[in-house]
Amino acid sequence: MRDAVSRFVHDGDTVVIEGFTHLICFAAGHEIIRQRRRDLTLARLTPDLIYDQMIAAGCARKLVFSWAGNPGVGSLHAFRRAVEGKSRGGLEIEEYSHFGMVARFSAGAARLPFWPLRNYMGTDLPTANPRIRSVMCPYTGEALATVPALNPGVTIVHAQRADRGGNTQMWGLVGVQKEAAFASERVIVVVEELVDEQVIRSDPNRTVIPGVIVSGVVLEPWGAHPSYAQGYYDRDNDFYVAWESISRDPDKLARYLDEFVYDVPDRAGYMEKQPHLAVRLKAKERLSRGVNYGF
Amino acid sequence: MAAVAARELRDGEVVFVGIGLPNLACNLARATHAPNLVLIYESGAVGAGPERLPVSIGDPALVTGSLMVCGMADVFQLFLQNGRIEVGFLGGAQVDRYGNINTTVIGPYERPAVRLPGSGGAAEIAVHAQRTLIVAKLSPRAFPARVDFVTSPGQRCGERSRRELGMPGAGPVKVITDKAILEADPATGEMVLAALYPGVTADEVQQGVGWPLSRRPRLAAVAAPTEAFARPPRAPARRHVRRCLLRAAS
Repeated sequence: MRDAVSRFVHDGDTVVIEGFTHLICFAAGHEIIRQRRRDLTLARLTPDLIYDQMIAAGCARKLVFSWAGNPGVGSLHAFRRAVEGKSRGGLEIEEYSHFGMVARFSAGAARLPFWPLRNYMGTDLPTANPRIRSVMCPYTGEALATVPALNPGVTIVHAQRADRGGNTQMWGLVGVQKEAAFASERVIVVVEELVDEQVIRSDPNRTVIPGVIVSGVVLEPWGAHPSYAQGYYDRDNDFYVAWESISRDPDKLARYLDEFVYDVPDRAGYMEKQPHLAVRLKAKERLSRGVNYGF
Repeated sequence: MAAVAARELRDGEVVFVGIGLPNLACNLARATHAPNLVLIYESGAVGAGPERLPVSIGDPALVTGSLMVCGMADVFQLFLQNGRIEVGFLGGAQVDRYGNINTTVIGPYERPAVRLPGSGGAAEIAVHAQRTLIVAKLSPRAFPARVDFVTSPGQRCGERSRRELGMPGAGPVKVITDKAILEADPATGEMVLAALYPGVTADEVQQGVGWPLSRRPRLAAVAAPTEAFARPPRAPARRHVRRCLLRAAS
């Protein structure tokens, strides 16, 4: 992870760590904090706890997003302090809806300048964000909303497994990771397990990101905690609840970052500090039946 | 509120589920009178049958045993924009006279007093769902005459109707609160008092609303939850689902 971040994530980059609740790569976010990257534009549908931590750590200049809360709990307080003008530095924001962000990645992945969608009529979002515009359909004359392509410098995707060539398989909620990866200049894949190419080839429909677009593969078990990896470990809902009081108090948040990010060398160190996690969150077995790929 | 919201759902409907009370209402409906409700979560779980009450809309229990899991581009383009969602649930910090919802900021956008999470999928659900149900607790702060910021469009935006603005869905048809149900007036688009909870007066409802509330000529009475509704949902009614499917097949 150290090498991947130092090689592929640079100061000033647009960085996307995607994953909708599922497979959010906290290990990569923590490594970016440890390497003290600065002036990043952080983009994600749901900034989640990981971008709240990166904002608090001073990595971010700008946030591009569509829902900035603590899912099922409440607020992201480092984000709120920055936007409400209660912390030093401030934070530039560029705001869409989920469909808008998905459409931005779709345009980026297809290398088109924008994506049309039937949306935003009657809302104040285009006033708040002048990059939400409209176009007249050349076939029907209908006015359609448009959002600009999003082409990140680097996208980091966590997944259950990949081979050494970066062919990456994931299951469960797959969010917008495929589009974000194809839209990106560089792609880092972080996995729970590194598997033989034959494992990938035995079930090709499960491959979401092909090795041809991947810059680097990192093996990092438990790299998504407190998010989760379907079939490997459950979401740590207790930590999401605990984040409310940690993030509300800037000193407490700083102490959290010291203890769990700056003072541990890597994800293995983070897990060694909390041996009970692996016991409490390990996933139960619910195997799929498998299919016949023969001809 | 969850029990009242659950009653609004008809068996077999396709529902776009949000977290919190809507999630509870949908799972309650599925465990009681609407076992064939098709729950679609914006996270990509389609036909979810969660074995535990999901904590977030991205809970792993939504995936286990669901009918389909798709990417979010598919959720918004192939399901929502395609017109496949019959009911959408929305909530928010502020709901106004025409059912416009604010989940973005309290105060001016550039310098907010309170920064809220933002749209998520709410803006497009409000545009596309065939009908939407708003769920919110009554209070003058939560029900101003005009919201500070329109995140999700209601029945009228400025002087223009949804049809004039090209919105496919019917918009918010009901607002389910903790004291009463408001309904959109078909002529004016205004939210008017339609039904009262047991023991609640129309004046009490007016105290929680920041505009002079019109009333339906005859107010309905919201029935109290039955015992089945009052109990929290446990395991889904799997047997019933299977029976319905068999009937469909034979």
